[in-house]
Amino acid sequence: MPDVSIDEAKHVLVIGGGFSGLTAAIDAAETGAHVTIVEKNPFLGGRVAQLNKYFPKLCPPVCGLELNFRRIRENPNIDFYTMAEVQSVSGGPGNYKVAVKVNPRYVNDHCVACNACAEACPSERSNEFNFGMDTTKAAFLPFNQAFPQKYVIDVAACKGDCMKACRDACKYDAINLDMKAETVSLSVGSIVVATGWNPYEAKKLEILNYGKVKNVITNMMMERLSAPNGPTKGSIVRPSDGKPVQSIAFVQCAGSRDENHLAFCSYICCMASLKQTLYLREQNADSKATVYYIDIRTPGKYEKFYWKVKEDPNVTFIKGKVANIFQAEGSDDVVVEAEDILGAGKIRATFDMVVLATGMEPAGASAKVPGVNYQEGFAVSGGGVYAAGCTKNPMDVAKSVQDATGAAHKALGQRR
Amino acid sequence: MEKKIGLYVCSGCSIGESINVEKLATIGKNAMKVPVVKTHAAFCGKEGVELIKNDVATEGVNTLVIAACSPRVKFEEFDFPGCIVERVPVRELAVWTQVPQSKDAQMAAEDYTRMGVTKVQKGALPEPYQMETSKDILVIGGGVTGMTAALEVANAGYQVYLVEKEAQLGGFMNKLYKQIPTDGMYRKPLIVDVDISKKVKDVESHKNIKVFKSSKVEKTEGMPGALDITISTNGSSETVKAGAVILAAGWRPYDATKLEHLGYGKFKDVVTNVEFEELSRKGKILRPSDGKEAKKVAFIQCAGQRDPNHLPYCSAMCCATSLKQALYVRQNPDATAMILYKDIRTPGRLEYYYKEAQNDPGVMLTKGDVTAVNDAGSGNLYVEMENSLFGPTAKVEADLVVLATGIVPVTADEPVLNLQYRQGPGLPDLDLFNGFADSNFICFQYETRRTGIYAAGAVRQPMNTTEAQEDAAGAALKAIQSVEHVAKGVAVHPRAWDLTFPDPFMTKCTACKRCTEECPFGAIDEDEKGTPFYKIGRCRRCGTCMGACPERIVSFKDFHVDMIGSMLKGVSVPSEEEQPRIIVLACENDAYPAVDTAAYNKQQIDPAVRFIQLRCMGSTNLVWIADAFSRGIDGMLLLGCKYGENYQCHFAKGSELASYRLGKVQETLDRLMLEADRVQMFQLAIDEYDKLPTMIKGFVDRVKQIGPNPYRTF
Repeated sequence: MPDVSIDEAKHVLVIGGGFSGLTAAIDAAETGAHVTIVEKNPFLGGRVAQLNKYFPKLCPPVCGLELNFRRIRENPNIDFYTMAEVQSVSGGPGNYKVAVKVNPRYVNDHCVACNACAEACPSERSNEFNFGMDTTKAAFLPFNQAFPQKYVIDVAACKGDCMKACRDACKYDAINLDMKAETVSLSVGSIVVATGWNPYEAKKLEILNYGKVKNVITNMMMERLSAPNGPTKGSIVRPSDGKPVQSIAFVQCAGSRDENHLAFCSYICCMASLKQTLYLREQNADSKATVYYIDIRTPGKYEKFYWKVKEDPNVTFIKGKVANIFQAEGSDDVVVEAEDILGAGKIRATFDMVVLATGMEPAGASAKVPGVNYQEGFAVSGGGVYAAGCTKNPMDVAKSVQDATGAAHKALGQRR
Repeated sequence: MEKKIGLYVCSGCSIGESINVEKLATIGKNAMKVPVVKTHAAFCGKEGVELIKNDVATEGVNTLVIAACSPRVKFEEFDFPGCIVERVPVRELAVWTQVPQSKDAQMAAEDYTRMGVTKVQKGALPEPYQMETSKDILVIGGGVTGMTAALEVANAGYQVYLVEKEAQLGGFMNKLYKQIPTDGMYRKPLIVDVDISKKVKDVESHKNIKVFKSSKVEKTEGMPGALDITISTNGSSETVKAGAVILAAGWRPYDATKLEHLGYGKFKDVVTNVEFEELSRKGKILRPSDGKEAKKVAFIQCAGQRDPNHLPYCSAMCCATSLKQALYVRQNPDATAMILYKDIRTPGRLEYYYKEAQNDPGVMLTKGDVTAVNDAGSGNLYVEMENSLFGPTAKVEADLVVLATGIVPVTADEPVLNLQYRQGPGLPDLDLFNGFADSNFICFQYETRRTGIYAAGAVRQPMNTTEAQEDAAGAALKAIQSVEHVAKGVAVHPRAWDLTFPDPFMTKCTACKRCTEECPFGAIDEDEKGTPFYKIGRCRRCGTCMGACPERIVSFKDFHVDMIGSMLKGVSVPSEEEQPRIIVLACENDAYPAVDTAAYNKQQIDPAVRFIQLRCMGSTNLVWIADAFSRGIDGMLLLGCKYGENYQCHFAKGSELASYRLGKVQETLDRLMLEADRVQMFQLAIDEYDKLPTMIKGFVDRVKQIGPNPYRTF
């Protein structure tokens, strides 16, 4: 390790360990600051860990994550807390006092990820990493490439009469069911808030009947379905009966660009749906996809990606808002009713599965971090607090990286 | 440093139940002559770590081989500053992926232990590359991006040299009449004043910024940390020293004379969006043909863009710009604006701007394909369209037509940097990005193929002025980060803080220049006699040069040809003829993590293989193939990241070069009378761990089919 002199006054707190938070933290630390990351999940990586591939390169998110985790491993100036949330922030720029609540994982540092606890565990829970499409045991590893590679116990899922088989199965004394929440106090000079986003709740889209019609899923669920570490190991099959999907519809702007839901455009959903047509087309040469859109937004160099998908004769684009979605008579198929703006008026078509391209709601719309200012749910920079990534504005991974790098710069302030 | 090696063999995580751990310890003590050898049931636990720490403190052990789990886990526990630490993944490669208590598992564990000890015996603790460095930063371009970058760097306390080709700072913003709101909420007022003059004043009066106007970068010589930059101003030159460069040279408009079919050049009243901006500054919008006020302005979006015959990309800012310009038209309440588009691209919160503009009844929009602009006869023009909301064909009458033409980065026209690097004056392979000085890495936006040189703004990607200012802050960080790194003698991303550097044994150099040509970062130049020499500041320590050199003269303190050669020569070759032995060279960034994940999933991997991790597949030296086959190895497999247009390789060219070199290995194999199929390369992505066992088994089966290496018995 080189002799990188760290100015202790430049202690930066990064709230959020997703791709923006990781980038801001690592870039700040490598430039010469002590950085602490506070992440609410039991793993680092946030939402990108749930993606199958990135557009436009169709490359796996874990590739970039792996390099960032290595930089964290090798850098003694970065520490992180998982299962943690900021409770309070006081003070001002240059001198903040932050109280962080670290929730109990019930698994300590002795964990070697041998899986014995999960094998012995009798309780199951809905796997929220896979949006409820499968289950895990109550003792589980968030996903197979999770970092840190430590198990966690969801005690809420433990059966009342559970005999604590996990603890007995563990040969490393790694399970501590009496673990309590802890409070950590930090003194920092500046704060980067990178708490990201949540998928907009599809249930709120009443005319699209999500939850009421079988085989209507969201774009994030489609990512999990297509991922090799997903509920079906990457086989794109429909939830109701496991039938391999032959025909698929994508409903763009589902709840975005809509005064009644998210008034803004979520930026990534056009690219995401195009990418997802490629997932299916690659897996099933006979499959057909239809994209119902208002505008196809593939700005800048992403245009080439649009052409790649447009060239495929099995993909059809229809400009028109989807007005209704319902189950086909006597089958698990899905009927989509839409307006064909450039063509024939109202049209109907039937599909095996429908994907709602739901939007990115900034984290601040549902949970505000103490000490951070918000404007219509979006975090704004102010004083020594710098907002970065999707909590600030809807953006793709590329822009999140650029944004986080800029935020790290601002958080470091004057250095000489 | 005098090395004292300690070998620590762990029996935890079922290692002890699957293999004979004592035997590994014995091999270390006797065959490998390791002075300190210990075993424990759980080295990662408090007691185990204390045991090792004690040996370091009292026994003088400073080189640790920990035969336990993967280097990707338990890093906090196995952190011993000042020591060489080699993690041998016995758990992953000999236990989780093998049949417990089998001869195969035992052989694998012993081989990996031997390889780990050999590796540290051959390696040394590196010392940083020290040199005199400058922490000053050059910014090329004095538009909004360059000025923002300059201020960000200067405010952080660093000296900046700002070079601008025009006689005044400000760039394209000097041409703007008004701009869209800058607060990010895009509500009324929808057009606001442009005040670039404040930024210009801040830059020109900043004590840390020296501005060169009417100037260009004539030459950039040297390397990050020690760049000599010759700036020419009106005929005279000045050379400044800097540590890093921010390229913010911006863009020029697409040449509209190529858009004759849209009437440009043919009709005076067909103008570009840039020309319209200048027209609007006059107060009233007057037609160029007759000076009358324009009342019906048509905007043709994507003019010469999103078009394989012109610019194949989208310029990202023209939709919002046309909406803004439509509102200029509406400053005259009797005038109307019609926007003819393919898609309206106002992503994110810019959507609010679109919505607000649409609320103006005098701003109309329709989707359609514009095919031509023709004379309407009345002094007006017709814009002809197909497939619009008006029907299969339509004609829109206008008295002024604005073509929303696109952004061409200046790097598409000229190298700008004028690097005096042997590999060329500009950033290489920009045709991947249509001329933009961009990064091919989604996750690492500022990585160009020239170390210490970071691009920002419209020269990097199509973007608007708000985004450009944010981009400038990111580039500022990277530039500062890099000058701080090189001042400490360490590498930058992706091997951030690596203290090693390539050290060539020049006596044996034949000046074949393979290293010079293959280095993805242009880190090697050549002197007047044609002998290559390194500019270490440009180097990212991937080892591509090491792999390229047929004389094997390049080495790093902890990674060199003899090290890997010795490791694979130490691998056991089974005595029975049917059992092959295969070496798998795996890149440590993507391929090895996939192996680790397959191991976590307890997938069985054919026991014939032995994995050796490399910094990058580009460091593969063909001599290892000769070494391996003369030793009696039956096959070699190279596993690297995907290459091609969407390359994954963190060092840009590594796996591609390895594959290209394999094409040359045919000669070696022919000479040894060995079949070509014995050496292959597969591309493996980090998430393809499921495919790995099958891929490996397929290769092992093929080698079995070919038969054992005829040299085995020698």
